[in-house]
Amino acid sequence: MAKQTPLYATHVRLGGKMVDFAGWDMPLHYGSQVEEHHLVRRDAGMFDVSHMLDIDLEGAGAHDLLHTLIANNVDKLTVPGRALYSCMLNPQGGVIDDLIVYFFRPDFYRVVVNAGTADKDLACIRQHAGDVQVKPRRDLAMIAVQGPNARAKTWAALPGAEAASSGLKPFHAAWFGDVLIARTGYTGEDGFELMIPAGRAEATWNALLAAGVKPAGLGARDTLRLEAGMPLYGQDMDEQTSPLVAGLAWTVDLDAPRDFIGKSVLAGRRIEKQTLGLLLTDKGVLRAHQKVFTAQGEGEITSGTFSPSMNRSIALARLPAAVAVGDTVEVEIRDKRLKATVVKPPFVRNGKILVTS
Amino acid sequence: MNVPANLKYAKSHEWARLADDGLVTIGITDHAQEALGDIVFLELPQVGRKVKAGEECAVVESVKAASDIYAPIAGEVVAVNQAAADAPESVNQDAYAAWLFKLKPDNIAELDSLLDATAYQSTL
Repeated sequence: MAKQTPLYATHVRLGGKMVDFAGWDMPLHYGSQVEEHHLVRRDAGMFDVSHMLDIDLEGAGAHDLLHTLIANNVDKLTVPGRALYSCMLNPQGGVIDDLIVYFFRPDFYRVVVNAGTADKDLACIRQHAGDVQVKPRRDLAMIAVQGPNARAKTWAALPGAEAASSGLKPFHAAWFGDVLIARTGYTGEDGFELMIPAGRAEATWNALLAAGVKPAGLGARDTLRLEAGMPLYGQDMDEQTSPLVAGLAWTVDLDAPRDFIGKSVLAGRRIEKQTLGLLLTDKGVLRAHQKVFTAQGEGEITSGTFSPSMNRSIALARLPAAVAVGDTVEVEIRDKRLKATVVKPPFVRNGKILVTS
Repeated sequence: MNVPANLKYAKSHEWARLADDGLVTIGITDHAQEALGDIVFLELPQVGRKVKAGEECAVVESVKAASDIYAPIAGEVVAVNQAAADAPESVNQDAYAAWLFKLKPDNIAELDSLLDATAYQSTL
């Protein structure tokens, strides 16, 4: 039986179409995925992301543990509440998961990991934890409120939250009582991710609803993140994929003298593939695993969809390293080859379309 | 779920309607459009193509996935609904108005092998 978040009954009551996602019963949409997508780009929508796992790391060795475990450098985190996006790699340099680390003190961090990888992430962290306490926080729910009006509507819904979070810059978080308010997300829009004691998740959700934040499902979450050029674990990268190939070189710190798991392999490897965006110029819909034909060889789409913001199809694709932005390539869709332009993601951020063909 | 009594249905969720001119209009059911979600692209067959019963001959793509459409009976494609292809969301709005293609049937009696509304409803 699939797992349920503290908001399961709320989704059912709101007419959510429930589907299995990484072993969790989650809302795909509440009527129209496309309308929910537009709502987040233009106003504010909220997602239940309680299936993701918060893991608190506490103890004197927490900083050193993260130095070893993740490919980005936690030394970049000096201000309490600062967040960092990173990959956690296996010894072969493949991606075990991508995650966000929040820094509170050198002996206290919170790591937020994907639902489908939570068990193996925990195992990996514990294997290296030593004296650091590793605390999975299934007692917390997480609601992502996203969109240009997301912050204002969150403040209207939660009295006192504005004073606690109005000064937050992107990728920073602050405590509001026992709620963590983070100015982060997975949509390419402004907004918050709220980490809330599970018992208050429904009341918080209902307060947001009353403030005019409409629910959005995993379907819209996927089209929003793809427009924003953000990779999805398990689809755009996995344990066989180097972050350098997956378009995540910017998150890998190879310069600092510290060692981390997978570093020696990444440092020595020649990069033969790269991840770029595709914009379909013909009519149709790009999908994962479709083959891409370029003048420099074959590639493959890792994520593809119809972009509601652009009203055409977009994709992330793994392409030969010599392919350049602006090139025209062909994608095999069923028995046809359709033309697409290679672009640099993101496609859409903060409500604005950033690429053209 | 809307399942009009005057249509015939395939288990694969197409509907078929015989008109006075002997042509059979094909579309997807309300159940199918609902299951697919927001429809964004239709790939319709070439006019003049001969299809067998059960042959893949069109594709309906929603944001979520691509879904093959099968010819419920054998025949020749004599018309496609370009208006629906230009506005794929019309299939979500009214799956029985936004038809996909019309067939000149090889054998009209083949329609009898399809499900009636009650029988189709019981498969849902």
